[in-house]
Amino acid sequence: MSGLAVTRLNVSHGAIHALHDITFSVEPGQLAAVIGSNGAGKTTLLRTLSGLKDASSGAAQWENREMLGVKPEDLVRRGISHVSEGKSVIPELTVKENLVLGGIWRGDKADTAQAIEEVVELFPRLGERMSQSADTLSGGERQMLAIGRALVSRPKLLLLDEPSLGLAPLVIEQIFQTVDHLRHKLGLTVVLVEQNAMSALEIADIGIIINLGHVVATGKAKELIDDPALRAAYLGY
Amino acid sequence: MQKVIETLLIGLTTGSIYALMSLALVLVWRSTRVINFAQAGQAMFATYIGFEISSRSGIFWLGLLFAIVGGALLGAGVDYFFMRVLFKHANTGPAAVVAPVIATLGLLGLIRSVVGLTWGGEFKTIEAPASTDGYTIGSTTIPFSALNALIIITVSIILIGLALLFQRTNLGLALRASAYAPEIAKLAGIRTAQTRTIGWAIAGGVGGVAGMLVTSNNFLSPYSLDLLLVFGFIAAVIGGLESMVGAVIGALVLGIGLTFILNYVGTSLVFIGGFTVLILVLLIKPDGIMAKGKGRRA
Repeated sequence: MSGLAVTRLNVSHGAIHALHDITFSVEPGQLAAVIGSNGAGKTTLLRTLSGLKDASSGAAQWENREMLGVKPEDLVRRGISHVSEGKSVIPELTVKENLVLGGIWRGDKADTAQAIEEVVELFPRLGERMSQSADTLSGGERQMLAIGRALVSRPKLLLLDEPSLGLAPLVIEQIFQTVDHLRHKLGLTVVLVEQNAMSALEIADIGIIINLGHVVATGKAKELIDDPALRAAYLGY
Repeated sequence: MQKVIETLLIGLTTGSIYALMSLALVLVWRSTRVINFAQAGQAMFATYIGFEISSRSGIFWLGLLFAIVGGALLGAGVDYFFMRVLFKHANTGPAAVVAPVIATLGLLGLIRSVVGLTWGGEFKTIEAPASTDGYTIGSTTIPFSALNALIIITVSIILIGLALLFQRTNLGLALRASAYAPEIAKLAGIRTAQTRTIGWAIAGGVGGVAGMLVTSNNFLSPYSLDLLLVFGFIAAVIGGLESMVGAVIGALVLGIGLTFILNYVGTSLVFIGGFTVLILVLLIKPDGIMAKGKGRRA
């Protein structure tokens, strides 16, 4: 097992026990959708995996090496990129600067330029706005920029936190299609956190359903979609 | 009319030195969210190093170089050995808000004592790198001297250098990103703690230049840069604390404004003028003259 393996992970916010014994694994190249309602602990899970938040116990390994207790900037160097909640771009910087930022740590300007070209190919609208400040972008464009910045770091594992949040249905569709396309093209392993259960499960290989900090179901995405009990209880349709 | 131009030129000189101190304070504030009162002490220490080198070698510019390097090393050291530890231990509640500010005040006192013990309290002078006699045009001599011109040129070069560093290099991008959004910068792979220390080093070096330039026209003592800190701070507030361009504009406005008060009203009102400006800005436009419509991002 060389992908992502999370074992009995516990995380607390002060006195509040936010995640209880979370266990799941994602094989290399798979897309795992983490589904759950608001406050289920999805964002906390991703923030813990990317090193932004400390776990209280448990283990999480990527390519058989421990991730917990490692700083986010060091995890980036191990191929893990986290696109955090709420369109994580820096509004004071230009679109181009936001993209370049993802490549600085590699110290390879030529390859960063190449990676940016690939991002622009993927999201032509960013190409038209390279010298504008990120502040001027629409919500969808910001999400594209946030994903683009992560791609410039040339990740192997992409952690995506609610890319659909606050976007119009058409834009959401486009973002999900792009994520699907990307992971096949680049062979990315993806953990996609979503409230938008149906759209996420449609492009996912496996699904992990979280409720109040507990994993309540895991399985192949198709089977989860087809399970009437789960649909009624957690997927809300 | 001639007096107006003279006042403008002298004000520009004064303001350009304030600009350096103001920039140093803004650089630290942006990256660390601390008003670094020790900046005056760091600059003073750097200036004493510059004083030693320039008085031994007789070369002002060699002294300036050492003041920059010394100021930068001290700035980096303060962040690395002092602020990092402090933030680790006082990171929640009221202590997290108050401790850093009190700590920088304490550090100011500490540096002052060390300097006093090392160099003594008496006034030192650094020989100016250019004539302090005013230029003579026709039959009149104006107060603006070759030294004033040299100060403006030196500050301009440093400002252009900083602008290029911040706008055109990856280090500059990393510095800005870490200041605006440290979490996103980390997720993009930036080592924000290191970057912050580099920011403190740049601020320290810039403060060293400010100290040397002020002293080239004045005396050096363990207290001689306190005024520079006060006016640099007022300039930074005028500029909104967040913006480096604002810091420079605020400093030039303040320098020119105070020189006008000095020349037209009198010495006694310079201080009152400075603080009146500070209070007016805080009351009317607390986000500074550079602030856009929206409020400052935390």
